Amino acid sequence: MNSTLLKEQFPILDQEINGHRLVYLDNAATSQKPRAVIEAVKRYYEWENSNVHRGVHTLGSRATDAYEGAREKVARFIGAADTAEIIFTRGTTSALNLVASAYGPSAVSAGDEIVITEMEHHSNLIPWQQLAIRTGATLKYIPMQPDGHIELADAEKTITPATKIVAMNYVSNVLGVVNPVKEIAAIAHRNGAVMVVDGAQSTPHMKINVQDLDCDFYALSGHKMCAPTGIGVLYGKKALLEAMEPIEFGGEMINDVGLYESTWKELPWKFEGGTPIIAGAVGLGAAIDFLESIGMDAIAAHEQQLANYAMDRLASIDGLTLYGPRNRKVGLVTFNLDDIHPHDVATVLDSYGVAVRAGHHCCQPLMRWLKASATARASFYLYNTEEDIDRLVDGLIQTKEYFG
Amino acid sequence: MQLDDLYRRVIMDHYKNPRNRGTFGDDAVTVNLNNPTCGDRISLQLIVENGIVKDARYTGEGCSISMSSASMMTDAVKGKTVQEALELADRFSTMMKGGEAQFDDYEDIEALSGVSKFPARIKCATLAWNALKKGIE
Repeated sequence: MNSTLLKEQFPILDQEINGHRLVYLDNAATSQKPRAVIEAVKRYYEWENSNVHRGVHTLGSRATDAYEGAREKVARFIGAADTAEIIFTRGTTSALNLVASAYGPSAVSAGDEIVITEMEHHSNLIPWQQLAIRTGATLKYIPMQPDGHIELADAEKTITPATKIVAMNYVSNVLGVVNPVKEIAAIAHRNGAVMVVDGAQSTPHMKINVQDLDCDFYALSGHKMCAPTGIGVLYGKKALLEAMEPIEFGGEMINDVGLYESTWKELPWKFEGGTPIIAGAVGLGAAIDFLESIGMDAIAAHEQQLANYAMDRLASIDGLTLYGPRNRKVGLVTFNLDDIHPHDVATVLDSYGVAVRAGHHCCQPLMRWLKASATARASFYLYNTEEDIDRLVDGLIQTKEYFG
Repeated sequence: MQLDDLYRRVIMDHYKNPRNRGTFGDDAVTVNLNNPTCGDRISLQLIVENGIVKDARYTGEGCSISMSSASMMTDAVKGKTVQEALELADRFSTMMKGGEAQFDDYEDIEALSGVSKFPARIKCATLAWNALKKGIE
């Protein structure tokens, strides 16, 4: 895999920021888009645009084929058994909220338990918090080890027969740990609970097979994997989705509408009320083609190598604190430099053309756990190189001098 | 983009040697404000007597811009009438929008004028001033 050549396929990366070649290291927030995706969306609007599932005319068929074709690509990409199990959403947040709202109330009642972890992104924490408040259920947290990883023994202790839902991110957007979601799904199932996996940070970076994980629900965002913003996916096992009632009502999702009651379309459309995000889905399909043309295993190996290179180089900077396990499997590193506030670090890095994230990363409970009010994060993708990391390290040394 | 436009010596001095950092007792007016997008937080305490801000102190955590701004603001409002303090806050807001603003009575504040060129950092500089306005209200 040649990242320098791949870079050329991302038009946005070919620019200078503050007089320096842009080094984009904020991929865990959102990824950049390759020409293939931009062109696919353009082609859709120039050639296929129409509403789906209703037009008799030719454009209606083209748009429907494009939209449903994207669903088939997603199903294959994450190893789903059936395209009916792929529901398009706005992103991971709306996918997780859909589970909490449409599945949650029928599965959870007072005295039951919902189990999550302190490393969850707010989007996989607040929906469960709200469900617990509404139903009188107890929200429990699987404890984390000092370096942030989770021991299965702790999951065994926390998940009980009273647990109805276990929800967890596959990859933490701050700690860079890969959680043992397959093993935890088995523990959940043994106790009669369902397993919900937040795949926002895993799907863009590694091969996913939802049947192998045996998770019951899996959420992902398109924009973190080279697709446009505003498109995401909820995967759910068919039997669970079939038993769930829709939460959005309107056009597109109905079978028969009477004056006093109505019936719903079959899966997956009953959860896709209103005109869907057609161009976004087309862009997601193109992004999947692009990623598969490189190979998810090659992407994962490249990022792991970059992350460990970054960990080694960053560890050599005096006064730099690294968060999360030392050995990396995924491409992100979170750190603080001396007592310089991460906003100041990010501003100085930006003046050298290096884009990183600074703040709480939508993980306030995890920041408290880390005893840091904020952190800086560099996150990598297929187009990043060791040279990019060298630029980050140079920038950090400049930051130290500036604030020293 | 010139980093020195943002981080002037005066700002770094207030950041490294903060003025008025600390707390009064419970009888002071206390405002807790945070910036949810970045996690900066300030706890501002004001002692107001007969319409005059007698004293001001703050604690909190945040970047050099938010903390130096708090240091300057607490220094600047001391001895001012409530009306004058609000007028200062308005002038600061004008400066953050890139407008002309002078602070003859406390020139250090003008060092923050460069923040207006860094849109992502304006909310850092205004946190303490928003706390002031809330405290006076």
